[in-house]
Amino acid sequence: MTVGAQVSGDVDDMRVSRVTISDVSFTADLSGALFWEEQRLLVVSDLHLEKGSSFATRGVLLPPYDTIATLGRLAAVISRHDPRIVIALGDSFHDRTAHQRLSSDDRDAVTALQTGRDWIWISGNHDPMLPRDLGGTVADEVAIGPITFRHEPSGARGEIAGHLHPKARVSARGRSMERRCFVSDGMRAVMPAFGAYAGGLSIRDAAFAKIFPTNGFVAHLLGDRRVHAIAASRCS
Amino acid sequence: MPGLVPGIHVLGAPSEDVDGRDKPGHDDVEKIVVPMYERIRDCSAADGEGGTPSTKPSPRLTCSCVPPRILQTSAQPAALLPRRFQQWFAARGWSPRAHQLALLEKAREDASALLIAPTGAGKTLAGFLPTLVELSTEAAERNAGAKQGLVSTGRSVQRTGGLHTLYISPLKALAVDIARNLERPIAEMGLPIKVETRTGDTPVSRRQRQRRYPPDVLLTTPEQLALLLSSDDAPFLFSSLKRIVLDELHALVTSKRGDLLSLGLARLWRLAPRMRAIGLSATVAEPDQLARFLVPQPGGKQAAADIVIAGGAAPPEVEMLDTRERLPWAGHSARHALPEIYELIKANRTTLVFVNTRSQAEMLFQNLWSMNDDGLAIALHHGSLDVAQRRKVEDAMSAGRLRGVVCTSSLDLGVDWGDVDLVVNIGAPKGSSRLMQRIGRANHRLDEASRAVLVPANRFEVLECRVAIDAIAENAQDTPPLRTGGLDVLAQHVLGCACGEPFLSDDLYAEIRSAAPYADLSRQDFDDVVDFVASGGYALKTYERFARIKQDKEGRWRVANPKVRQSYRMNVGTIVEDDMLKVRLVRSRGGGQGKAGGSTGVIARGGRLLGEIEEAFIEGLSPGDTFVFSGEVVRYETLVEDQVYVSRAHDKDPKVPSYMGGKFPLSTYLAERVRRLLDDGRAWGGLPEQVRDWLSLQKDVSQVPAVRELLVESFPRANKHYLVCYPFEGRLAHQTLGMLLTRRLERARARPLGFVANEYAVAIWGLGDLSFMIRDGRIDLNALFDPDMLGDDLEAWLAESALMKRTFRNCAIISGLIARRHTGEEKTRRQVLFSTDLVYDVLRKHQADHVLLRAARADAATGLLDLRRLGDMLARIHGRITHRELDRVSPLAVPVMLEIGRESVYGEAADELLAEAANELVKEAMG
Repeated sequence: MTVGAQVSGDVDDMRVSRVTISDVSFTADLSGALFWEEQRLLVVSDLHLEKGSSFATRGVLLPPYDTIATLGRLAAVISRHDPRIVIALGDSFHDRTAHQRLSSDDRDAVTALQTGRDWIWISGNHDPMLPRDLGGTVADEVAIGPITFRHEPSGARGEIAGHLHPKARVSARGRSMERRCFVSDGMRAVMPAFGAYAGGLSIRDAAFAKIFPTNGFVAHLLGDRRVHAIAASRCS
Repeated sequence: MPGLVPGIHVLGAPSEDVDGRDKPGHDDVEKIVVPMYERIRDCSAADGEGGTPSTKPSPRLTCSCVPPRILQTSAQPAALLPRRFQQWFAARGWSPRAHQLALLEKAREDASALLIAPTGAGKTLAGFLPTLVELSTEAAERNAGAKQGLVSTGRSVQRTGGLHTLYISPLKALAVDIARNLERPIAEMGLPIKVETRTGDTPVSRRQRQRRYPPDVLLTTPEQLALLLSSDDAPFLFSSLKRIVLDELHALVTSKRGDLLSLGLARLWRLAPRMRAIGLSATVAEPDQLARFLVPQPGGKQAAADIVIAGGAAPPEVEMLDTRERLPWAGHSARHALPEIYELIKANRTTLVFVNTRSQAEMLFQNLWSMNDDGLAIALHHGSLDVAQRRKVEDAMSAGRLRGVVCTSSLDLGVDWGDVDLVVNIGAPKGSSRLMQRIGRANHRLDEASRAVLVPANRFEVLECRVAIDAIAENAQDTPPLRTGGLDVLAQHVLGCACGEPFLSDDLYAEIRSAAPYADLSRQDFDDVVDFVASGGYALKTYERFARIKQDKEGRWRVANPKVRQSYRMNVGTIVEDDMLKVRLVRSRGGGQGKAGGSTGVIARGGRLLGEIEEAFIEGLSPGDTFVFSGEVVRYETLVEDQVYVSRAHDKDPKVPSYMGGKFPLSTYLAERVRRLLDDGRAWGGLPEQVRDWLSLQKDVSQVPAVRELLVESFPRANKHYLVCYPFEGRLAHQTLGMLLTRRLERARARPLGFVANEYAVAIWGLGDLSFMIRDGRIDLNALFDPDMLGDDLEAWLAESALMKRTFRNCAIISGLIARRHTGEEKTRRQVLFSTDLVYDVLRKHQADHVLLRAARADAATGLLDLRRLGDMLARIHGRITHRELDRVSPLAVPVMLEIGRESVYGEAADELLAEAANELVKEAMG
């Protein structure tokens, strides 16, 4: 039992798991964020803000609380790690006009989160034309040391990407659990979606096989109280 | 695998419970019925044989009279039946039944009526006689002078004549067959009556014609009625309506389809105030409640239709199989009794063998077939079989070519086969009314007793069978009470109303309250539903500009745009399908153990299609797990998109059980009787010796549960500590109880590991010494079972309960929050746009009192979580807990202990399950 704890989490903090990418060690946070202590850099991916209202424009009146929920969780993880830099790894907004539908309260909440730190919006396929008035910097990708941050994964070494919304299912004795997860093989990683309404794609999908050349990748599943590192081959 | 009956091929798809999945009446579900003349013959000529009119006088049946509203027919046929009808009856040597005349009399009095009659009593003809008589008279008058045509009413154009009778059936096929069978008396009597059906299969051109030139009689389903009512011309179509006939009403009213139908009725009462209703039903516990369904409820008071009860059916002869074999402790297969079941089939002409689930049906059929040395024609019938396959079985059955049919509740409704002389019911009867209806399937002649044999599959089921037989002897009914109408169904209806003529809130509220299930609807709930339909009903008012329905200057609500109407029409109905996956048989990729590894090795694509299976079931499996499907044990290989690949396994027993007990738990009534039977040692004489011995042994080592108390036993076993209790409240309530107890024991640091529940008991096990903790006072059993567990603990559990999320999803679909079917291009099912689980999480946190959450909670009270029953039980046993500390498992605990590993184990926290998988990685890493 204790062996599992040592490998799958910090002994001090069971909430997190270690993910190493190109020899850089990251903390995989239970919330779905990735933290680089050395740089005090926090990454979150696929916030999909205003997804609810995006559906509402098409007559599907999903509860309009997803933006509040997502920003609330983001505020919590930011206050926990107090990062110097925050990178939002693309698809931060669900559609091209989503930022215009942000309520003034939500806009203020974003501004408050940006205060006192650098904020980088990486553009994604859902939000390729991010406006300048959101605060922070807009970029297509960012490279820091051996690590490159971009929205859509290419499979390159040292890449941290999002876009795919990985999730994994673990089954045993007629019961199963499906959770969002980080996916990594030590060379590259794909981040889970952070947004409250963001769905998921099974890591058994062919899209992941293209990025991770060997079958030996690991899914870091977001459990209720901790992150669990599980062999991808054990998942379905 | 043994061969199958020639021409009867099995294509099966497991369903967690066939009872629930057969969905009688969904437009896609087919059932066969015997032509109605046979019903007429059965009920009119006791000895009618093969269509030969009898010359003997038919025995007249009397209506049993339950004063004051139940009718005593004094009228002579001559006074009620026009001469043409009398001649028609006479020409066949038939005479009308008393209850048939009674309904004619009710029609003459301009009253609505509920007919309660057993199978084979000529119920359907009784329901249509008033219509046929009225239309024949009307036609005569029409010929005498008035001519048919269009008249202007100022506002619209109306046809004289027009739609006279609407017939609503839960089964599409029943509507179709009844239409066909009505043709004969109409043709033979030369009545100028036009009968048509309208189902999901009716071509668009005919549907349009029906609206413009309605037939005299239209036969359809509740969903089609909702669609017709949502159209602009509903007032034109329905204003002439005189009569509505609701078939199999007892079955319709127990589900949300009944809610939908009641709302449709409320609308019809407004459009056609002269309309009267006839309900046709099997025997129910509360006929008065059912009769309320048929008439508009006046505000604040209750109104009910008159009740006509057909008497005369001989009481059934029911016995329990007195097995020569050892009675199993647990399980549901009744494998021990197979030779005896086979002998029963052999000794009778035609036997219906009922089981509770599809997988039981598959297993039993497979086993019977393997011992079928006499080559008896035995067939299989259940709701997941392909329609064409079921038709084949039904045709063979009607033609008298089958000796036995293994079936599920797929045959509970609709079918009325003449030649069944024995019903065998395997396993738990669950409820006395349900059992009586099943036994009625063997009732081909009303005045002869139906014969039935109950085969308990384990010892507890012996007790249940015993009390069910006693209940039947007393004719005690235990059908559930009338539902309170769901708010999700109401939302669908409100949108449907807005698709038709614009409405004012006050008017619609009054109209809806005239429907019995919604008679107590509060104005607040109604307004919340309208707000939900309009703009989502959210406290955060940001969706006004996206509203689906809008108010005009006069305050009338109407749909905002035609797309809303189109979407409504594509999504009408209350039956939510499970996501199904196709199952294909391929060759194993080898590797023996099938040890995980989704993509190691390549699975040959293609493979023979075995059928369909619920996605939820497959999600619980790991590659390599075995289960029974389509009559054999198969190994789960992999899932690719919507295809499940399985290979043939050589295991005798499947690793993962697919028995899920069926949707219906043991009825409260039978549970109470089982408790009383246990408590009364003198009554044990009626039990088989093996069961008596078992109970006596229990009495010696522990005690037998007393009728008003809850027995709790604790004992150690193999390094674990067990706590077993016996509430007898059914599996659903027990699952919820097990979940909540586990949470509480976790807080008490008893380190629970899991639990298992069956119909009678719950067993929880853990690492902590439960006996010691109870003795020590660290666990107070009265506090552990305190009804306050339905407070915070329940709340905490509901936040994550998969059952609750499923309940919410159903409500979200029925209410129209999300669409089952989208306009425009069809999304493939793998392209999930968003997950209702995530919506549930967010909504629960930010607006816990939202109308959809209220709807889901109301469902949870009686549905998958059975909270109401659990609450009643906790209140009943509060302060009446008897604890027995034992040094080992008690005889009574053995059955539920044996379920461990057979039934799915609940109560393991997500993190434990994940940690276990994570440890495998560690082991791998450490070599």
